[in-house]
Amino acid sequence: MATDTLDKSHTDHSTTENGSWEGAAYPFKVGYGKLMIWYFLLSDAFTFAGFLIAYGTLRFSSDTWPVPDFVFSTFPFLGGNNPLLFVTLMTFVLLFSSYTMIRAVQEGHRENRKGVVKWMALTILGGLGFLGCQAWEWTTLISGEHMTVSTDPFGRHTEGGIYLGLNGEESDESFVEGDSYLIHRMDLSAHADPGHEDSGTGSHGEEGNIVAHPAQETESSLGEIEGTAAENNSSAGTLQSDSVGLHQEDSTVKQSVIAREQGAAGEGTSHSSGEQEATHDEHATQNNEHATKDDAHGTEDGHAAHHYPGPGDYPDAVVDENGYIHRKYIVASGENTGLIKSEAFGPKAFGALFFFITGFHGFHVFSGVIFLFIIMINVMSGIYIARRNKNEMVEKIGLYWHFVDLVWVFVFLVFYLI
Amino acid sequence: MAHDFTTAKKIANKTIIILGVITIVEVMLTLTGKGYIIKGFHLPHVLISFLMIAGSLWKAYLIVFEFMHMKYEARGLMLSVLLPVGLLIWAIISFLYEGQAWKGNRDTVKEREKMEVAE
Repeated sequence: MATDTLDKSHTDHSTTENGSWEGAAYPFKVGYGKLMIWYFLLSDAFTFAGFLIAYGTLRFSSDTWPVPDFVFSTFPFLGGNNPLLFVTLMTFVLLFSSYTMIRAVQEGHRENRKGVVKWMALTILGGLGFLGCQAWEWTTLISGEHMTVSTDPFGRHTEGGIYLGLNGEESDESFVEGDSYLIHRMDLSAHADPGHEDSGTGSHGEEGNIVAHPAQETESSLGEIEGTAAENNSSAGTLQSDSVGLHQEDSTVKQSVIAREQGAAGEGTSHSSGEQEATHDEHATQNNEHATKDDAHGTEDGHAAHHYPGPGDYPDAVVDENGYIHRKYIVASGENTGLIKSEAFGPKAFGALFFFITGFHGFHVFSGVIFLFIIMINVMSGIYIARRNKNEMVEKIGLYWHFVDLVWVFVFLVFYLI
Repeated sequence: MAHDFTTAKKIANKTIIILGVITIVEVMLTLTGKGYIIKGFHLPHVLISFLMIAGSLWKAYLIVFEFMHMKYEARGLMLSVLLPVGLLIWAIISFLYEGQAWKGNRDTVKEREKMEVAE
């Protein structure tokens, strides 16, 4: 019965003209399964569109956004400074598998079982290759650059400035507005008390060590200083003159100068309440998104990651309780000229959007590979030959596979190209 | 039948080459626009974005109409799948507009905070 009707779908199209919907006619002259896979793909397109539009909306609502050719510039064995090279490779892997898929469908149309199996096997290889690439990309971002769902270490400068050196003096490293930076992260566990790990239980791990450090307040108090100063345009002149003398003195003096600035600037507002502090912190974060390429991926361990004993406020950087090193700099352009700030994290939503959208696409590739595998086995067994519908099942998985490629075109556009 | 197969194969070969070329051109263009290829040479971001979107839509057309065979399906099938996608045009415009508005509101709030502190 089933084979009978399917057979008719391809041999007899004339019934659609008159006796539609009487059991023998096929709407749009395709089999039920193929029509439905098209509508499934339509709904899936809307799902992906929703995610990508969310990305666009959040990007439009942010003052800054990580620059893709800075974020995605690593390549296996070549290291950093290869903008978009790896994602282009991924695109070609997927395009290649799309091509092998269309060849499999064509072989299916002429009932060439061996050809179908050959091209489907290549498609599966392409799919696995793509998944492998994505695994490498994610690994680099997670364990190399320490991006998480809620923390985006990739920022972008909103004003020009000069980084501070080891003793808080101006270094020769400067940046301009729009430059990108990566906030490196130090390995806190390496600095922990040696006896601690032995005595701790297995589940304790890194988290326990971090909590053990006393200096948790430093980050927020620095945020307060920055926030206060940033909001006080009227005192900017004073601040500037202060900081000119500042960088010749040692770190202790500098700290006291900052404290003085805080006192001078804080006349109108009280900083004692926690709520106030939080607001200022956030303000500082928004004012602080900046960037330099030079110390990007290439120098993963380059910037003095070793001379900080633990979280705290240092002359040239602030190390937060998670070990992220926020380098300090003197603002050299704009209304905040002369202020000392530390690098802020990039937009919080970036990590979640990236991992969720590329992850959802990767999940489609993954399930696609599984279905390709099942259908390839079925082709081998000859089950579709028996159906005598020109391997329509191969055509259906082909539609799905091309759709995955289609989604990648737009993920590529939104995440990497623009 | 054999003839059909060779024609289809030719179309597939041609399509994959065009897709590859568009991708390479897109990547080169966006890197050129951001000053990676020629030192100090930049293109306006709006122009780059426009070209990237155009290139991606072209790629999408090729994938859907050639690889997914939409070109050779019944007209009703094509319309029933493609017309709903048109709804996304308004979704994109309205949501991006909304995102822009959020940014505007936040800037206003920041501006006001600044004025309050200065008083």
